Amino acid sequence: MDALLALEDGRTFACRSFTGPGEASGEVVFNTSMTGYQEVLTDPSYRGQMVVMTYPLIGNYGVNPADVESERIQVEAFIVREYQSYPSNFRSSGTLADYLKRQGVLGVEHLDTRALTRHIRNTGAMRAVISTQDVGPSALIKRANQIPKMAGQNLAQVVTTLEPYRWQDNRPAYINPDLCLMDHTIWHYRGEKPSVVAFDFGIKFNILRLLSEVGVEVIVVPGFNKAAAVQAMQPDGIFLSNGPGDPEPVTDGIDTIKALLDYRPTFGICLGHQLIGLALGGKTFKLKFGHRGANQPVENLKSGKVEITAQNHGFAVDSETLDDKDVEITHLNLNDNTLEGFRHRKLPIFSVQYHPEASPGPHDARYLFDEFKKLMKRS
Amino acid sequence: MPKRTDIQRILIIGAGPIIISQACEFDYSGTQACKALKSEGFDVILVNSNPATIMTDPEFADRTYIEPVTPAIVAKIIEKERPDALLPTLGGQTGLNTAVEVARMGVLEKFGVEMIGASTDSIKKAEDRDLFRNAMSNIGLRIPKSGITGDMNGAREIAGEIAYPIIVRPSFTLGGTGGGVAYNPEELEHLVKSGLDASLIGQVMLEESVLGWKEYELEVMRDHKDNVVIICSIENVDPMGIHTGDSITVAPAQTLSDKEYQVMRNASIAIMREIGVDTGGSNVQFAINPLNGEMVVIEMNPRVSRSSALASKATGFPIAKIAAKLAVGYTLDEIPNDITGETLASFEPTLDYCVVKVPRWTFEKFPETPDYLTTSMKSVGETMAIGRTFKEALQKGLRSLEIGRHGLGGDGHYPYDPKLYKSGKPTRSDIEQKLANPNSQRIFYLREAILIGIPLETIYKLSGVDPWFLFQISQIVELEQKINQSAQNLSDTQLRLAKEWGFSDIQLAHLTHTSVESIKQRRNNLNIKPVYKLVDTCAAEFKASTPYYYSTYESETEARVSNRDKVMILGGGPNRIGQGIEFDYCCVHASFALREEGFESIMVNSNPETVSTDYDTSDKLYFEPLTLEDVLHIVETEKPMGVIVQFGGQTPLNLAAGLHQADVPILGTQPESIDRAEDRKHFQALLNKLNLVQPANDIALTIEEALKAAEKIGYPVIVRPSYVLGGRAMKIVYDRAGLENFTRLAIMASPGHPVLIDKFVEDAWEVDVDAISDGRTTVIGGIMEHIEEAGVHSGDSACILPPTGITPAFIEQITRATKAMASELKVVGLMNVQFAIKDDQLYVLEVNPRASRTVPFVSKATGVPLAKLATKAMLGRSLEELGLIKEKVPSHLSVKEAVLPFDRFPDVDILLGPEMKSTGEVMGIASDFGAAYAKAQLGAGQNLPTSGTVFISVIDNDKKTVLPVAAKFQEAGFKIVATSGTSKFLREHGISNEMINKISGGRPHVVDAIKSGQIQLVINTSVGGETRRDGYYIRRTALKYKIPYATTIAGGMAFYTAIQALKKSELTVKALQEYN
Repeated sequence: MDALLALEDGRTFACRSFTGPGEASGEVVFNTSMTGYQEVLTDPSYRGQMVVMTYPLIGNYGVNPADVESERIQVEAFIVREYQSYPSNFRSSGTLADYLKRQGVLGVEHLDTRALTRHIRNTGAMRAVISTQDVGPSALIKRANQIPKMAGQNLAQVVTTLEPYRWQDNRPAYINPDLCLMDHTIWHYRGEKPSVVAFDFGIKFNILRLLSEVGVEVIVVPGFNKAAAVQAMQPDGIFLSNGPGDPEPVTDGIDTIKALLDYRPTFGICLGHQLIGLALGGKTFKLKFGHRGANQPVENLKSGKVEITAQNHGFAVDSETLDDKDVEITHLNLNDNTLEGFRHRKLPIFSVQYHPEASPGPHDARYLFDEFKKLMKRS
Repeated sequence: MPKRTDIQRILIIGAGPIIISQACEFDYSGTQACKALKSEGFDVILVNSNPATIMTDPEFADRTYIEPVTPAIVAKIIEKERPDALLPTLGGQTGLNTAVEVARMGVLEKFGVEMIGASTDSIKKAEDRDLFRNAMSNIGLRIPKSGITGDMNGAREIAGEIAYPIIVRPSFTLGGTGGGVAYNPEELEHLVKSGLDASLIGQVMLEESVLGWKEYELEVMRDHKDNVVIICSIENVDPMGIHTGDSITVAPAQTLSDKEYQVMRNASIAIMREIGVDTGGSNVQFAINPLNGEMVVIEMNPRVSRSSALASKATGFPIAKIAAKLAVGYTLDEIPNDITGETLASFEPTLDYCVVKVPRWTFEKFPETPDYLTTSMKSVGETMAIGRTFKEALQKGLRSLEIGRHGLGGDGHYPYDPKLYKSGKPTRSDIEQKLANPNSQRIFYLREAILIGIPLETIYKLSGVDPWFLFQISQIVELEQKINQSAQNLSDTQLRLAKEWGFSDIQLAHLTHTSVESIKQRRNNLNIKPVYKLVDTCAAEFKASTPYYYSTYESETEARVSNRDKVMILGGGPNRIGQGIEFDYCCVHASFALREEGFESIMVNSNPETVSTDYDTSDKLYFEPLTLEDVLHIVETEKPMGVIVQFGGQTPLNLAAGLHQADVPILGTQPESIDRAEDRKHFQALLNKLNLVQPANDIALTIEEALKAAEKIGYPVIVRPSYVLGGRAMKIVYDRAGLENFTRLAIMASPGHPVLIDKFVEDAWEVDVDAISDGRTTVIGGIMEHIEEAGVHSGDSACILPPTGITPAFIEQITRATKAMASELKVVGLMNVQFAIKDDQLYVLEVNPRASRTVPFVSKATGVPLAKLATKAMLGRSLEELGLIKEKVPSHLSVKEAVLPFDRFPDVDILLGPEMKSTGEVMGIASDFGAAYAKAQLGAGQNLPTSGTVFISVIDNDKKTVLPVAAKFQEAGFKIVATSGTSKFLREHGISNEMINKISGGRPHVVDAIKSGQIQLVINTSVGGETRRDGYYIRRTALKYKIPYATTIAGGMAFYTAIQALKKSELTVKALQEYN
């Protein structure tokens, strides 16, 4: 079915829907990972965005129930060069098209995705509308300009869980606060395993899988949870998750972090990292087109070694704005020298901009989960 | 950490001659490494016996030794040059094995040479299957169940613990020589025996079969800070059981989810660490059970490889160059990424296109060997194609093969001969059989299977080709059928989709019953034209500065057309027997010359192994099929001032006429002259005009005409098709029956072109001449005297430069004739002439107004860069301006010897003939013929004995001429054994010898004697016919037991001279820089 993608700057791309009729809008971003489309689709950090995969053949290995990063598809639309309708993989339980259709997400193909990617690289991530119904360019371009801009939106509050949950048997087990006292008795493995409260700003399941794997008990709480509520649970550590959009408007999160700064060992990833940066008085800024892929080189300044990392962010912490007295920069991006990680010089707080949980992407940075555990043991 | 300053002189070992499983890719890697190390200020000492390599050009190293790549010779070079370090990972398995042996001999220790890149320990750990198995189990990885043994009993024991089928792999070999799959105990005995023979250390491994599992490769790099990155993943379309060199492969991996890919990535990194490859690139191969994802490790190569060359071309990441830099102390984060210019080498390339590699086989040259693919590699070359879809890349790759196919199908050609089937088509069971038994045509049979409606599920079960690939192929077939049904009513959308899926205009013309012209016209009207996209390592995330392009059918082109004067060079396409690295060498020189003259150079080629397809070689690289359609598209985009067609062998020459018709300027010798030299009648007229003589000859379009011609000329005659290279389907025919049979084949080999029939001048001496002309002056590049007599293809014959046995009068005649022909043909550029001398007559056998296979050899021997000068001449410079006034005749002697692939083709007789069979060549340089020839033999793998027993068995025709040879060997203290007829003849002529049984004469016979080590040298001639089976077994046995053999009397005599030289004094080594 014919479709049209219209960008806010007036450029359009004719394409075809492989999921039937539909419309979608959002910010268009590109991801350069050659594998892991299902993880990308379900990553809450993509909320509000339409993702272009730069690898042209997508759908090759189908979809399966295990490779998900949240309970639903998060992207607004999925844009590929050639959709593969005939998957082949022993774990495949269905096609990508059916998967998208079932969740009402638009998938389009048969457009010059490299041209689109180059356009975004040169002019920056931008808003767009895709439609199979309204394929008149001028009207669509106009609509693209009416979509709210990514900067200034608090999307974390949109994607966060409303109920706390326990990460159990590799999936969320929701806790009914009416039946359960949200205090130190909530922990099942107190004394055996470090207990961690994870703030959900759009958390990826693989973070929870890996925290469990290193032997941490995790309870996920809404991103808007107040400091006092966390303190009531008396955890051994606090985790601040990744999430979509601009960190600056996530003011409640920033306030909570400020209140908890000297409370417990804290580890942040991606948006969580940006929020810590803001809580420590730093500033964030929007990157031209962001880092999204599985091949970003990051130097660990302490070891001098390079980690190949998975990344997905459109905003970054400006390292110039951090107070050198309090903050030590620990990781740098070797492509553009942007800040990739820091630690607090006095407090047991550290965070990274990239995704050590990968999924999709290399496992080079998994050691950070062990470091978090060690930090909790020391404190 | 920056580069090391404690080392200054680095020795690099090259891979030696081109053989199956070791081709141009090691010149590509070695050249990159030499360039990288020199630019870092290191002194590079290089040894490689292959003169056709760019790396052995004197400017690429400080000291270049064109010497045999053997431990003893390398030891001598080390002693002479005293390098600080040895980099063993760039010369393929040959380089690695030689380095290990040199280390074992204690040479490195003695002269304080450090092995960099990979240590002997890590090499052993990776190469020795037992050590490797233990290493893998240390890191929790599994390799297929296996056992290693050095004898047959051990093999039987191990086999008892593994279920059939069992894979037999010899340790320490190339491309799995002698390996195979045993389905029963009988086959096991056979394979274990040949495997033990093939293994350098006399060991074979028996292995659990993972036949039909999916096969993957990862290219990994590590620096000394333990940073590890994956450069490329490769998925084999053909499953386990077919050597990866014989598999169609695709990059990146297509059917792995991220979870599975990361497991493989983690395993590769763990393997790098466990094996202990300190710095550099390695290749790791995995097999995956398609039913449950179970993963086993197949092997790991701690060096650059064919796959790493492919990965470099597929991603734009120059693995060998980076490996060289890592070896001297740099880390990945200190090396810039050339392509982006702004990022670093410490990242993992990401692709936004699909790459397909297709092997090129030459089973037609070895008809005795069945076309059947196993774990022992048989292909001689490969093409790579890049597309935005798999379908596009596959079809581009198939039409790049130059096997007469223009895509997957619908081009009027079939993988079978329709005449062989009653219905004109194979039956379903014929096709199923072709799917189940892997063969060179299987990809085309997949189409046939889909066409007759065999379900994909069944095709998968038979072939093991993953359903994902089968579906892609079925999509191509479906579209093809739709187009065929639409015919002239082909819709615009269909046409556009067909181009997006890689259909060529020839396919579309055939399917729609129209012409290529009308398809092209229609495309132009609809503006359906290819765009050019960049290979940029980063999927467009960063701006790319290196213009490395591929075509596709999309909306946006990235070709950056400059307003400089541009010249386009057409490369040689995939390596094949008769057309290989020599032509790539010339193309690369053309590119260098263009740069020197200030022109923009544009390279077009489809061969991923080559230096020409290094993005660094030319100003622009178009990685494209060398078909008229694809080349014209690039011409339309770039609008070069001229195209060079005379360097890439037959491939670009075949395009010359079409380009000329399209008004594309051809630089140098014009297509009319090419045609005049190829066309029999025109050529005869030319010779008559110049008072030159050629053997009586005629042409024939039918068998009847051929018979008539042969009667007129008189037998024996040489029969061959026109417009082919490498003596394809060329044969000496002695009688009517032979002529009938062979003419049929010749007509098939070059349909539409006449068959050439020449008088075969028996017992003549052949001479090869390379010459260069600027259109006014012609200068001889080199005159080469063949060692073997006329009748052996020049590509298979050894030759010597300058000639030692040709009288000055003949040299003068040859020179005059060459210049006269060059002038008459208005040659601008290079020309090659083949002459024969019989008694007092000089015959012109052949003239080729283009670069020949011997150009690099002549350039190395004389120090005159012929191809470069020829390029400049084509650009309008005079030879005088270029400083080439007269022929340079060196005072030293250079011998070229051919290297033959017979060990890969069981059941093939090793006799030489007019059809070329060699894959490569080596060069021996010395001050006298004996030593130069001995070096060439050593380089080609023949270890000449200085004492022992010579076996002589020759046909009656040769009995007289073998006498002096036998006498010489006897004089030199060799014992002579001979079969009855030869024995009697020798005795009658006063040469004492021992008679030995022919195979048919009862045991013990000559083959027993060879096997038990009683014979050190074999001289055996044959014409085929009755004695053939005996001679055949003798020659095959000599080959297998690596006993030097001569199949011509002249070769036998040359052996003697070489042996005398070896007895007189030890071989010495001398750098090229000291010669010219």
